[in-house]
Amino acid sequence: MESMVHTENLVFEYEKQDEENHVIGRSRAIDEVNIDIREGQFVAILGHNGSGKSTLAKHLNAILLPTQGTVWVNGQNTRQPEKLWNVRQSAGMVFQNPDNQIIGTVVEEDVGFGPENLGVETDRIWERVEESLRAVGMIEYRYHSPNKLSGGQKQRVAIAGVIAMRPKCIVLDEPTAMLDPVGRREVLRTVEELRRQEKVTVILITHYMEEVIDADRVFVMDHGRVVMEGTPREIFSQVELLKRYRLDVPQVTILADKLRKRGLPIPAGILKKEELVELLCRLN
Amino acid sequence: MSIKLEHVNYLYSPGTAYERMALKDICLEIQQGEFVGIIGHTGSGKSTLIQHLNGLIRATGGNVYYNGENIYREGYPMRELRSQVGLVFQYPEYQLFEETVLKDVCFGPKNQGLPQEECEKRAREALKLAGLKEKYEQYSPFDLSGGQKRRAAIAGVLAMRPRVLVLDEPTAGLDPKGRDEILDQISYLHREGGLTVILVSHSMEDVARYADRIVVMNGGEILYNGTPKEVFAHYRELEKIGLAAPQVTYIMHDLQEKGMKVRTDVTTVEEAADEIMAALGRGK
Repeated sequence: MESMVHTENLVFEYEKQDEENHVIGRSRAIDEVNIDIREGQFVAILGHNGSGKSTLAKHLNAILLPTQGTVWVNGQNTRQPEKLWNVRQSAGMVFQNPDNQIIGTVVEEDVGFGPENLGVETDRIWERVEESLRAVGMIEYRYHSPNKLSGGQKQRVAIAGVIAMRPKCIVLDEPTAMLDPVGRREVLRTVEELRRQEKVTVILITHYMEEVIDADRVFVMDHGRVVMEGTPREIFSQVELLKRYRLDVPQVTILADKLRKRGLPIPAGILKKEELVELLCRLN
Repeated sequence: MSIKLEHVNYLYSPGTAYERMALKDICLEIQQGEFVGIIGHTGSGKSTLIQHLNGLIRATGGNVYYNGENIYREGYPMRELRSQVGLVFQYPEYQLFEETVLKDVCFGPKNQGLPQEECEKRAREALKLAGLKEKYEQYSPFDLSGGQKRRAAIAGVLAMRPRVLVLDEPTAGLDPKGRDEILDQISYLHREGGLTVILVSHSMEDVARYADRIVVMNGGEILYNGTPKEVFAHYRELEKIGLAAPQVTYIMHDLQEKGMKVRTDVTTVEEAADEIMAALGRGK
């Protein structure tokens, strides 16, 4: 497998300025991050508000450039200006608020905006629009106005807009934070489909622990550093440590943990309700 | 002491192409001191409903009573109502605007016509109630973290000394720890201050844990109105309208299906643990 995202000693610092725009200090948002994400992987990044997750995400399509260190996306150094468009085309971003990223007045126009900007010819644009809308299950809404859609539908349109640019990697920065449970499920199912059908690398940033149990790898960030890394089971076995990083575990994991502490022979890191139900039935 | 809605209808944009019945025949009474959760998918009428509670939106049919008085009668002191029934909107931190946190929180009492000294006294009290340390008083609201900003915004409403606190998704976008801290603070205000709390949420786990009563909105109507146990017993119907039961409720249903003798009306992790231990003959 090829490396899709690779960072080496990545550091990002903000300048702090006073009212007259004098630099009064620097604040380190990303502190020596080394990660490697392989093509086709589903990777989740967890971390509390202000831990540096979004700042890291913005490095993956060169919205931000490193203060120190290097980021390679699809083998391209994001610092090289001539590679900028290649980088942006390799890694598409989906943000939290669907209303801030939809610009078209008709769904299909919105989805066509990306490929049009890339200079794709008109006929091909329409092909891509159709394909992308099918991939996210929104083809029947192609002539609708985006502002009449639900939150989940809008996010799916935003995702279609990204995949119309045929990225190899898609970075989702809390895509479900503003959605209701059904909207959340729609978006996650769409992401899962993309990964399986289109073999797109998925990097998901989220505060919902339930959304990462199927990830291949999980990174936990705190104060700009990667402080935990592993499979979901390895990560969620460490309930206390996660709590220290202001995080949480899925409800079923908490329940399993409580039962273990009360003496039931249940291993750490239970992630799915089916696992727990099966274990308990054996004890019954 | 109560808020009572009697056959409330709300017709959105009457007489235009966008005309839509946003609320249909809502009858609801909330007693002083209750903690009520309101759930429903995006567009179900939750936000429209809560804006009726302090007269921000005027019903196009039916009446709203606050402490027995019809708020639509001529000469009703609407300003007074708005300070008694405090509304915290979604992402309230976007409404912070003053130079310092203290000034921002003073805005409400100042509008109530109170002298400066009294405003500051109430603002300090409110910041304390919202769990924001004294040192932040002189900070610019923009230098606070996400969770702190939200506390400052809640303090801005508390400074008006409301009897009822209505919150529209107060934890959206916060990390798990921040979410628990805000909800614990709200729960404290309810318990210790006797404040009526009306909480709109997309998290079934949160309403199950904190609310005494849950109102389920669907298509502008009240679908269910009962204790968490009563409401989540309808988990299959809830799924049809884009909602769900807490994860533990599903676990109990699965266990029962597989022959374990457990109750299924369980809505919190603590209850689930007790119930499972008892069923396995390992009660306390």
